[in-house]
Amino acid sequence: MKDKSLVRRITGHRLFMPLVCLAIVLLANLLRQPDFFKITVKDGTLYGYVIDVINRGSELVILAVGMTLVVSSSAGTDISVGAIMAVAAAICCFILSGGQVSVNEYANPYVLGVVIALVLGAICGAWNGFLVAKLRIQPMVATLILFTAGRGIAQLITNGQITYIRVPEYKVLGGSISGLPLPVPFFVSLAVVILAYILLKRTSLGLYIEAVGINPKASRLVGIKSSLIIFLTYAFCGLCAGIAGLVASSRIYSADANNVGLNMELDAILAVALGGNSLGGGKFFLMGSVIGAYTIQALTTTLYAMGVSADQIPVYKAIVVVIIVSLQSEELRKWFKKKFATKKVVESEVA
Amino acid sequence: MENNVVLTMRNINKNFPGVRALSKVDFTLRKGEIHALMGENGAGKSTLIKVLTGVEEFETGEIRMAGCECAIVNKSPEEAQKCGISTVYQEVNLCPNLSVAENLYIGREPKKFGGIDWKTMNKNAKALLESLDIDIDPKKAVENYSVAIQQMVAIARAVDMSAAVLILDEPTSSLDDGEVEKLFTLMRKLQKQGVGIIFVTHFLEQVYEVTDRITVLRNGELVGEYETAKLPRLELVAKMMGKDFDDLAKIKPEGVSKTKAEVLIEAKELGRRGTIKPYSLQINKGEVIGLTGLLGSGRSELARVIYGADKPDTGELFVNDEKVHIKSPREAMMRGMAYLPEDRKAEGIIADLSVRENIIIALQAKRGMFKRMSTKEQEEFTDKYIELLQIKTANRETPIKQLSGGNQQKVILARWLLTNPDFIILDEPTRGIDVGTKTEIQKLVLQLADEGKSVIFISSEIEEMLRTCNRMAVLRDGQKVGELEEDELSQEAIMKAIAGGDR
Repeated sequence: MKDKSLVRRITGHRLFMPLVCLAIVLLANLLRQPDFFKITVKDGTLYGYVIDVINRGSELVILAVGMTLVVSSSAGTDISVGAIMAVAAAICCFILSGGQVSVNEYANPYVLGVVIALVLGAICGAWNGFLVAKLRIQPMVATLILFTAGRGIAQLITNGQITYIRVPEYKVLGGSISGLPLPVPFFVSLAVVILAYILLKRTSLGLYIEAVGINPKASRLVGIKSSLIIFLTYAFCGLCAGIAGLVASSRIYSADANNVGLNMELDAILAVALGGNSLGGGKFFLMGSVIGAYTIQALTTTLYAMGVSADQIPVYKAIVVVIIVSLQSEELRKWFKKKFATKKVVESEVA
Repeated sequence: MENNVVLTMRNINKNFPGVRALSKVDFTLRKGEIHALMGENGAGKSTLIKVLTGVEEFETGEIRMAGCECAIVNKSPEEAQKCGISTVYQEVNLCPNLSVAENLYIGREPKKFGGIDWKTMNKNAKALLESLDIDIDPKKAVENYSVAIQQMVAIARAVDMSAAVLILDEPTSSLDDGEVEKLFTLMRKLQKQGVGIIFVTHFLEQVYEVTDRITVLRNGELVGEYETAKLPRLELVAKMMGKDFDDLAKIKPEGVSKTKAEVLIEAKELGRRGTIKPYSLQINKGEVIGLTGLLGSGRSELARVIYGADKPDTGELFVNDEKVHIKSPREAMMRGMAYLPEDRKAEGIIADLSVRENIIIALQAKRGMFKRMSTKEQEEFTDKYIELLQIKTANRETPIKQLSGGNQQKVILARWLLTNPDFIILDEPTRGIDVGTKTEIQKLVLQLADEGKSVIFISSEIEEMLRTCNRMAVLRDGQKVGELEEDELSQEAIMKAIAGGDR
């Protein structure tokens, strides 16, 4: 009896399905790539496929954190995060290069570039928040504006060129430091997750966001400023996109307005959904989204490892996503249960 | 099975997570009988109906219908309908823009040459309506008719599809007396045709007017089945509540000495275009003011502009003689106000959040975002109010949506009491709530007034207002038309004031 309740408690946990999905994707690799879980140590730094997933998944984790809150508070999605990444990358590189196409030395202090990039990211998010919370425009439509205009703004900033920052220190944010076992992007994402967690759980912001997402009218009547909360989540989501943009830019030590963060908004939304969060808003599970983000990255890395070409990857990704999403579908589970139950009844009647 | 029995439910068990919803419940319905299903909120009435109609699954037990050899298990309302069980809910499920005939035959239209045979359909509809003495034009759109007529159309449709068992779930809550009478006539007619009717309601009067038998449930268990004529009213109430019933009428202490009143809230020509015309109102400390009027007369709207739920566009508001500009509910809260809204589902509960979160959220919002109440403090407050208001919940982390209506209302009350307001607006706090909880809430209102708090009490039930209010403001067509002092309060006087004179 006790065992049963323990099993039920584990399988009933809200993070159970997302974790199972992640495990399935990882284990599937063993079939083709026996050395998938092999980790080697070089100069105190770890290398391997799994480390690569953790490294490459960082931007997605950061985006997923911001996206989770947007989804929760407004029952909508921010589809402009990929473009905001490009804007943040562009402004940072523009400041550090002083307007030149390629530099070997910072033209302005590094901190200045980073701070302005983050501020601009937050401003972009605040713009989305203003449209959604104050003007009550549908989130999809409101963020569509920056989705289309964002990359144009980034092009304007970089004057249509790819701006290179050929300074070794610039690569640190997206690379690794000798002596540090895991790549730097992982620590950046960890910091964002911890920051968000503290912000949500140490203050009552998390409760407010859920309340507003579930019932904005009732929340207003108990004295919560619904529109302010929604505005804040969008601004925070923009900030997250800014951070992700900096990491992505550091990896390629340049600002490529056309390709930084391309299609990442969709992966971020998917990560939220895979994490067991309802896209209808309300209750959210931050850790679920993080696991969802790693699941998607694991899938991408797996497909690359199997030698699938980049332009075919979306097809395979789509297939796997369909499977994962149906695994988590309540309706499908009910259907299976019913099938199973009737079968049992038939068997017992025969017996 | 007995000769004239159409439906039996035996030993029905049903569990919700952490709650035993139904335990060994039996129910028997005979041919041509109107059978009331009674019980307090959370007694299991709705669950029993849901189990019967296939909305919810049950764990063990047996349902049998006359004419069927084996036990039936309904998996969906459609299946139940095939077995001959139809339900008409409180909210009418008709398509308002379609004609009466279309609504009657939607999904089973008479066909001719592959198309709909309109002539036959209208003819059949007319015949069906006539057979039930419903005098309306089947070709007109349903939205042209009152809720009562719509309900009758829904009943006609249900009866025409399957005529063995008809379930009426709270059909009378949005009807006026005349309409209720019409509905009863229809029910009696169906009864003569041999239909078994299950009638779920909160109104004692109606039970005694129309039913033959009563089945009482309490806490998911069967209390008993009684013949209506042989069960005195007081005994019924006692059975529903499981305790001796202290007379409702006696809760208000007679002849409360009128202390020199201090004004807490004063509205001067406060109004909002389109909802409530400018009005003036003084509310004293320790006073319960009733707002009365017909539905849509502006009762709720009057209170909402004080609380800032709707922003007033004319007039002034004084709190403790200080002029204030309240632009949002938050500012009203900070001035010590509280507002329990009329529409519990849409504006009261935050459905997916737990009982604990629903209780503490207002106080938390009042304290501010960065002064998060510790988990321990939250749990202490929650436990205190669960105990104080006797909230029936599996535990404090149960989502509020799993509670019954009355218990949800208690949670919302707890939410506001926790903020320790000086002035509390209660808009229909007892709607859809059983007699026992109603009395508890009424007592609570008087207790609050005793502690020197001011209350605005809004209710459609005049008796309830008479029991609790010191003074009443009367509203008609979005306008405050008068006030009645304590010694003028009587059912007759209020009715006259609402109706606008002796006419």
